[in-house]
Amino acid sequence: MQKFITFRGLVAPLDRVNVDTDQIIPKQFLKSIFRTGYGVHLFDEWRYLDEGYPGQDVSRRSLNPDFVLNQPRYQGASILISRDNFGCGSSREHAPWALQEYGFKVIMAPSFADIFYNNCFKNGLLPIILPAEVIASLLVQAVQTPDYHLEVDLQAQCVRDDRGQSWSFEVDDFRRHCLLQGLDDIGLTLQRAEAIRSFESRHRQRAPWVFNAIDRL
Amino acid sequence: MAAQTLYDKLWQDHLVEERDDGSALIYVDRQLLHEVTSPQAFEGLKLAGRQPWRREANVATPDHNVPTDSEQRQHGVAGIIDATSRLQVQTLDENCREFSIPEFSINDARQGIVHVIGPEQGLTLPGMTVVCGDSHTATIGALACLAHGIGTSEVEHVLATQCLIQKKSRNMQVRVEGQLGPGVSAKDMILAIIAHLGTAGGTGYAIEFAGSAVQALSMEGRMTLCNMAIEAGARVGMVAVDDTTLEYVRTRPYAPQGAQWEAAVAYWRTLHSDEDAHFDAVVRLDAQSIAPQVSWGTSPEMVLPIHATLPDPAQTDAVRAAAWRRAYEYMGLRPGMKVSDIPVDRVFIGSCTNSRIEDLRAAAAVIRGRRVAASVKQALVVPGSGQVKRQAEAEGLDAIFTAAGFEWRLPGCSMCLAMNADRLGAGEHCASTSNRNFEGRQGQGGRTHLVSPAMAAAAALAGHFVDVREF
Ligand code: SF4
Repeated sequence: MQKFITFRGLVAPLDRVNVDTDQIIPKQFLKSIFRTGYGVHLFDEWRYLDEGYPGQDVSRRSLNPDFVLNQPRYQGASILISRDNFGCGSSREHAPWALQEYGFKVIMAPSFADIFYNNCFKNGLLPIILPAEVIASLLVQAVQTPDYHLEVDLQAQCVRDDRGQSWSFEVDDFRRHCLLQGLDDIGLTLQRAEAIRSFESRHRQRAPWVFNAIDRL
Repeated sequence: MAAQTLYDKLWQDHLVEERDDGSALIYVDRQLLHEVTSPQAFEGLKLAGRQPWRREANVATPDHNVPTDSEQRQHGVAGIIDATSRLQVQTLDENCREFSIPEFSINDARQGIVHVIGPEQGLTLPGMTVVCGDSHTATIGALACLAHGIGTSEVEHVLATQCLIQKKSRNMQVRVEGQLGPGVSAKDMILAIIAHLGTAGGTGYAIEFAGSAVQALSMEGRMTLCNMAIEAGARVGMVAVDDTTLEYVRTRPYAPQGAQWEAAVAYWRTLHSDEDAHFDAVVRLDAQSIAPQVSWGTSPEMVLPIHATLPDPAQTDAVRAAAWRRAYEYMGLRPGMKVSDIPVDRVFIGSCTNSRIEDLRAAAAVIRGRRVAASVKQALVVPGSGQVKRQAEAEGLDAIFTAAGFEWRLPGCSMCLAMNADRLGAGEHCASTSNRNFEGRQGQGGRTHLVSPAMAAAAALAGHFVDVREF
């Protein structure tokens, strides 16, 4: 996993509540067996006027001019701001894959759905929770200020704008550490293999039925 | 020891170790796999040269994009016309073979929707930690399992380590007391709960459903209830073990036998919240006050009782009003309209929410001897598993459905998320027993209305929503 470097990025507003993962990446793209290829289909149903399908030549599709991310001023945005309950719905990890491949590194919202929030960290995408009033004012700024940029400092856990205003955010230490170091969760957990084995043998004593063979299948 | 909730107990019994940052390593007893969220996990495993920690902790089945028509199904995987779907199902088969993971493949008699077959086969037993790369894993909490959805990276993590890194959720109890009225089901109960809590009301919580109305539900009803905990924002929904649970588990093919059964029951009997356990939040609902529900918008909280009229955005706060206006536009509806005036173009009875035998019985009881309205283009019944399908056929339910003009299909997720050929056309309204009414969920431009099986059946006959109690 890539280390999360403190960075400055162009901000795009997505002023909606309950942006669900079906919207972030519609289900027809979940048929892929690969980890990449989702960025061009991010928000597919909002972004294009025609119906998308996997493997198509997206350069020939007509863009929906009304969709915010299609406006020229937001091209190259790497910070997305949205409303409450972002990422609700299906647990598909394709949602953070698509956001990241599109170019987003940070999503800010007053609240996130649990599974989505968790999935972001596994993929080097930083979800930042800020109070609803702060989000509301950032959404206004992102619309009113041309070329609106924010700086995100994960080490210091704060977001700054170019006028020197800043807002701090909470993120738990382990997740922050993994993002900063680019650490692989599985490798870390396997360092605890002894502890897992010893738990497993105690568990087997207490609940042997959990370990019954299912080879009869 | 301090009084514990059911969730606390399940957590404690699977805690490998606490970590310094307050997260924990939690042992996973059972992982269910399907074709959509597993290929990248297996790929990751192979790239890292890792093997599954305990291969028999895993069981796989293809469900999301299997065709449900017999023409395609009779040729097995090779018969899947859509090439990307076919490749995904083939990839699951290959991965299971390569890693020796048990699989109910496409035409196995036990194939079905993961969350339906886990409990049905006894592969998910009370007290287990159960995960699956699918948010509706919460369904299985009905058996007092700690069951929830995970992302693909976590699927790989569980395959490789048999553990998950987790932060403990807070405890919420949703108590429903009293008796549900006739014609009102677990689906109406959960829709009413979501309307009450909001789609983010349960975020950060593990919900335990309790109270006399919950205890009175069958296991299947409890599964419907827990299934949609995620639509209230909670990843976990649970119901304590009682006699109903044990009776259900007893006859399952993979239930423990003999002395092991006795030992298991002794442990399972402890799986309930202690009398004075502390909940961080308690929500109470009165069962009598719940009428049959219909969702009108594009979020599962946009739900109303059948006799209501659609709400006016001018009567709510600005953020919600904006969401309502967008929903009205997408759904092609107007404030002030009666729920019962919403027309129905297609009907879908199925999904992990409502595709078990009792759901099909409830729908068939309404339909028996009547006909689907001429204005309805298609009405589908998709049983949740091969076993449900056989049982329904043995009871003659398939004949009731087909005589009424319903199509009787083969098991899978089908029109719940339209990854196969079963889908809505743009602008079509669907009475659906599934769990999500998001934009495009059942097909681009499609308009989903979430209802119970009995309400879907009644809507199919009437051509619009009706109160099944008066029907
Ligand atoms: S039936 Fe629907 S909700 Fe359930 S697992 Fe399948 S797609 Fe997901």
